[in-house]
Amino acid sequence: MSSSSFFNFSSVDWAEMGSATWETIWVTLISVIFTAVIGCLIGLLLFETKDSKSIGVRGINWIVSLFVNVFRSIPYIILIVVLIPFTNSIVHTIVGPVAALPSLILSAAPFFGRIVEMSFREIDQGILEAAEAMGANRWTVIFKVLLPESLPALVSGLTVTAISLVGYTAMAGAIGAGGLGALAYNNGFLQYNGTIIFVATVLIVLFVFFLQWVGDWLVKKIDKRVV
Amino acid sequence: MIEFKDVSKTFETKEGTVHAIKDVNLKIENGKIYGIIGYSGAGKTTLIRMLNGLEKPTTGSVDINGVEINRLDAKNLRVQRHKIGMIFQHFNLLWSRTVIENIMFPLEIAGVDRTQRQKKAQELIELVGLSGKEDMYPASLSGGQKQRVGVARALANDPEILLSDEATSALDPETTDEVLDLLLDIKKRLNITIVLITHEMHVIRKICDNVAVLDGGKIIEEGEVLNVFKNPQQPLTKRFVSAEADPSRQETEVVLDELVTKYPDGRIIRLTFHGDQAKLPIVSEMVHEFPEVSLNIIAGNIKQTREGSIGTLYLQITGPTEQLDGSVEFLKNLRVETEVIKDEQ
Repeated sequence: MSSSSFFNFSSVDWAEMGSATWETIWVTLISVIFTAVIGCLIGLLLFETKDSKSIGVRGINWIVSLFVNVFRSIPYIILIVVLIPFTNSIVHTIVGPVAALPSLILSAAPFFGRIVEMSFREIDQGILEAAEAMGANRWTVIFKVLLPESLPALVSGLTVTAISLVGYTAMAGAIGAGGLGALAYNNGFLQYNGTIIFVATVLIVLFVFFLQWVGDWLVKKIDKRVV
Repeated sequence: MIEFKDVSKTFETKEGTVHAIKDVNLKIENGKIYGIIGYSGAGKTTLIRMLNGLEKPTTGSVDINGVEINRLDAKNLRVQRHKIGMIFQHFNLLWSRTVIENIMFPLEIAGVDRTQRQKKAQELIELVGLSGKEDMYPASLSGGQKQRVGVARALANDPEILLSDEATSALDPETTDEVLDLLLDIKKRLNITIVLITHEMHVIRKICDNVAVLDGGKIIEEGEVLNVFKNPQQPLTKRFVSAEADPSRQETEVVLDELVTKYPDGRIIRLTFHGDQAKLPIVSEMVHEFPEVSLNIIAGNIKQTREGSIGTLYLQITGPTEQLDGSVEFLKNLRVETEVIKDEQ
């Protein structure tokens, strides 16, 4: 593979490149949405069950914490393989973009869950106490204090998670899930076409830049702590 | 009427049992501003938190107008809390909400409908003097303005009681006075009971009707503010009172040291005047009575409290011993608090 082979743009099938890009985008977006919801639930569960006086509640915390730690420590490539039966049972296929979703979500949600827990912990204890002193119940505290007050931290945490998800989709692509990663591996690496690797990489980088930009813009818009 | 009956609170820590509150008995009448003063660690935060159930007494009971707060279940306690406003040292505003949204928050919790919330919040904004700042976020407000939002928020559900947890301790002296004036004004207008905790005697002097001095979880002195200022019994109370009556005391002590070396044969006394005494020509009468005594004024000041004035005067007197004894006796007979700081050598 000579260096000139990276710029041989006539060898690129642009329609294929376009559909692969689209696949990467929607696989990422769908996993981000699921990750956001499941991660928030995990984070909330971790936050609410920590330091409880009841042994049962602390037990829940221990179990959720174990689940989070296990799924965060399994390398993604192994996770895909381990999850093949599970994937097959819920989406009835183990190849293609849809097959990538369960493993993507299961690897990203626990990670984001920890970020959510951390963001809740960052909230000034005094504010929670003030809400309690006003007679707020637990749900009011969650929806009117915890979530709105930690929103900027949640959004920047989700941005970080989304970007690592882009990396994972590329990896998932390499083992048959489609998208830019699959294209770069199958049509680029295996067929000695450097240009396809190059173009696919540039597109992934641009997508990451775009996600970061959207995340930063959103955080700036919702963060009212600075004048 | 708020009543603490034999209230004690213990915490279990790794170092053992800590007695945060010991056998506190306290009655607070409705419509009064009641101050609880003490150094940090005295237990005042624990005590005030018992009034809205954020802390529960280990033994004893806390009773507000016949409702025993420590026995309410979670649901009734939440309802009771709507009627108890609280303001905090660090304001504890939600930064993600605007001024008016912060004030509406307790109304949302109490389930008040939207138009009512708007109306009430707008009224409160005017009451605390924040008109025009409705849509600003707390981050762009000054400390004093933030506490005004805190006060408005605490008043949203028309509480019977307002709790103030060191509400002025994070503010500069000028802003402190602003917020204290606001509290006094609110008490007059709404006839609400205010219970405040502080470590500054200044706060007590400026707005409180009654004061309790808390030390090591116990109430060591309690009474009407002027009486406590006039006649502090416990050493700790005396320290609070004198630190407040004479903030320049340290400075004065340097001067005293100098005078002591300059006039080794003199006698240095401190006089404290209360209320109407401050208006009488007591010192000049003393000089008439004992003409051989010559006197030198070292320092003096006078402070206004809610119920009268308190003055301090440092004098150096020289002359024959019997005349000096006579003048000190004379002052004591006039019921002026007289303290001989340095006697003849």
